[in-house]
Amino acid sequence: MYGLGILKGLRVTWDRFWSTYTEDIAWLARGKKRYFNEEGVKARAHKDTRGIFTVQYPEEKLIIPEEFRYVPFLVYDEAADGKKEVRCTSCGICAKVCPPQCIWIVRTNDPATGRPVPVPADFYIDADICMNCGLCAEYCPFDAIIMDHDFEIASYHRNVFNMEHLLKPASYYKNIRPLNYQRNEDERKAKEAAKAAKAEAAN
Amino acid sequence: MATTFLTSTVDLVARFPGSVTADARPGYHGFIVEKDKLVEIATAIRDEFGYDLLTAVTGVDYLPENKMEVVYHAYKTTGGPGLMFKVQVPRVGPVEVPSLIEVYPGVDLQEREAWDLLGIKFTGHPDLRRILMWEGFEGHPLRKDWKEPFYEEDFKPFKSRWPEGKHVSAEEKNPFKDNLKYPQNFDPEKWIPEGDAMLYGSLARYTTVDPEGLKADRIVVNMGPQHPSTHGVFRAAITLEGETIVGLKPVVGYLHRNHDKIGERNTYLQNMPYTDRLDYFNSMSNNFGYAIAVEKLMNIKVAERAEYLRVIMAELSRIQNHLVFVGMLLNDLGAMYTPALYAFEERELILDIFEATAGSRMMCNYFRFGGVVRDVPEGVLQKIKDLVFDRLPAKTDEMERFLSENEVLVSRLQGVKVIDAEDAVRFSMTGPVLRATGVPYDIRRADPYGVYDRFDFDVAVRYNGDLMDNYLIRLDEIRQSLRILEQAVKQIPEGPINSQKPQYQVRVPAGEAYGRIESPKGELAFYVISNGKPNPWRYHVRPASFVNITALEKMCLGTKIADFVVLLGVLDIVMGELDR
Repeated sequence: MYGLGILKGLRVTWDRFWSTYTEDIAWLARGKKRYFNEEGVKARAHKDTRGIFTVQYPEEKLIIPEEFRYVPFLVYDEAADGKKEVRCTSCGICAKVCPPQCIWIVRTNDPATGRPVPVPADFYIDADICMNCGLCAEYCPFDAIIMDHDFEIASYHRNVFNMEHLLKPASYYKNIRPLNYQRNEDERKAKEAAKAAKAEAAN
Repeated sequence: MATTFLTSTVDLVARFPGSVTADARPGYHGFIVEKDKLVEIATAIRDEFGYDLLTAVTGVDYLPENKMEVVYHAYKTTGGPGLMFKVQVPRVGPVEVPSLIEVYPGVDLQEREAWDLLGIKFTGHPDLRRILMWEGFEGHPLRKDWKEPFYEEDFKPFKSRWPEGKHVSAEEKNPFKDNLKYPQNFDPEKWIPEGDAMLYGSLARYTTVDPEGLKADRIVVNMGPQHPSTHGVFRAAITLEGETIVGLKPVVGYLHRNHDKIGERNTYLQNMPYTDRLDYFNSMSNNFGYAIAVEKLMNIKVAERAEYLRVIMAELSRIQNHLVFVGMLLNDLGAMYTPALYAFEERELILDIFEATAGSRMMCNYFRFGGVVRDVPEGVLQKIKDLVFDRLPAKTDEMERFLSENEVLVSRLQGVKVIDAEDAVRFSMTGPVLRATGVPYDIRRADPYGVYDRFDFDVAVRYNGDLMDNYLIRLDEIRQSLRILEQAVKQIPEGPINSQKPQYQVRVPAGEAYGRIESPKGELAFYVISNGKPNPWRYHVRPASFVNITALEKMCLGTKIADFVVLLGVLDIVMGELDR
């Protein structure tokens, strides 16, 4: 019969339309809120999601997975006396690997000897050019540059971030990327242990 | 990973003694053909040896040797490896190569591209205009001695970034215009785009006289570049007689950024994230093609687990591409948004997987030479399984129920010819559009790469070559991709995800490589030449979208203007890849 195909298709839209409301009622019956909370957003990204699917940014935000990458930041460790110990040694690998060449590093030179000191004098990231590819963080041998999760950086001016802006504490890193942080720490400890063992063997 | 190009079963040198020599440069393959004999030899390659599908035409500028080269890659639609032949010409005066358009009409736009970007003149080409650059442009940007605005150095990394990297904005250092070359006596304010006159001149004549002596005007309609149905900034200049299309020229390049030139300034690794930006719906596939090309050059094996991860990601990418294709096709047809949003729902779930694994929803940058960046995080493989075994099959069926039998849709799509098999092959079309005409040519089967030869799947094929088949074949392909995924997630072994040590600058031996994959839109190939330095000497992308629109005029002639939107829609073009 002509029109049966249309009716079959409309059945799909009909089911989809009501499923939003049946879901809402089911959530209500369980005494839970489906909107504007993390659980609701999570359910909408689940494979069994039905009904309305959209996330109402900025009131609601998608759950960001650990590996999500956005414009990188520099990590510093907090020393016991509160001093910032910048992990970066200004080796320049990130600047060399950066595809759009948006990383600029000024290396510190010892004023007395003129030889390079492993601390950056300044560090710029041109966030307008950065393509968020994550290669800098991937190839940094010191875990000093890490891809951020903070994606809300729209502004009225050009975003050229200097070192002051880029530095964030290791605790922040641990907070946004716990698994990666743990892996780095384990690697570092293993390396230190190996070094100590070697030194002991030499003695 | 063998770097073999078929040279054994075809002996061109014996067939054409004196005018063909085998390319003996280290790392190179194929044959070098005498320029004057090119058309004759190409005809023989097509008719005698059966290489009916000419996929890529690449111009190469060998500045130090003071010569230019055009590289042709020909394949058989029955499958098997390809045949590469080249023609070399001195790089002085007008660089002229005979056009192959009579033998392989599919070279049309690619020859225009080589003319535009490298200044290789194809004698005998009927419409050799610029294609990607604008008509008032002077120079040929892919030539090695051409320098772009904001030029800094020939090769990245730039020396100004480290160790004395005081930040300067490019526009401060190098104000706009100062480095921009115009043709002589050129005033941009007074410039009248004569290219447009050339464009309309290349279309059919405006006025016709019918047998009764009645004069009738034809109308030229510009579809695009700002038109909701052209999927971006695509423009087609269409000549109409009444409502019937009698002439059509695609005008592209509005999104051109000279990806090839950027690629030649980059190091090998730096190109990986740039490939994401080609076909931005399928960055996983783009990564795949580029990784294969460079791995061929480096002659390295890919870690076993990574091979499976690559297949999983590429097939997920194909599924979401085809779902969005269906949604967007319906959008083009006027079924605004409902099918598109249903498709986007599944796409979101797939992109969530990409985001959790690669770090970004669309610009994945997931592949590395020898493997992938990182393993799938915990729980993600389970999520892939949930989608593959549970949700996606059901949703594909739902899409089928929703649309495939809808009488309005069927009457709109059925019987509207896209192209027939013979023309599709002649015009170098690949991908679902070719397979919908009855040619079961799928690179995953015809010339397997990665671990595709381990999976049991059928090459989706439909035989009518009409719009309906082009729609249905996408759903078929989703089902086949799901079959591959089911096997891949079951078989995926444990182990390392990269066979190489992570290095930020890879060592690539001199030579050439052509890495091709079956992207969701057709053949996506990368032709890379290394001279042993950290940056590729030549980096050329053969995008499916670009080559597929060669046949657009052929497809549209004689149809109604209302069908143009759908005919363009089924080609599934993406401007990021088309304009590069």
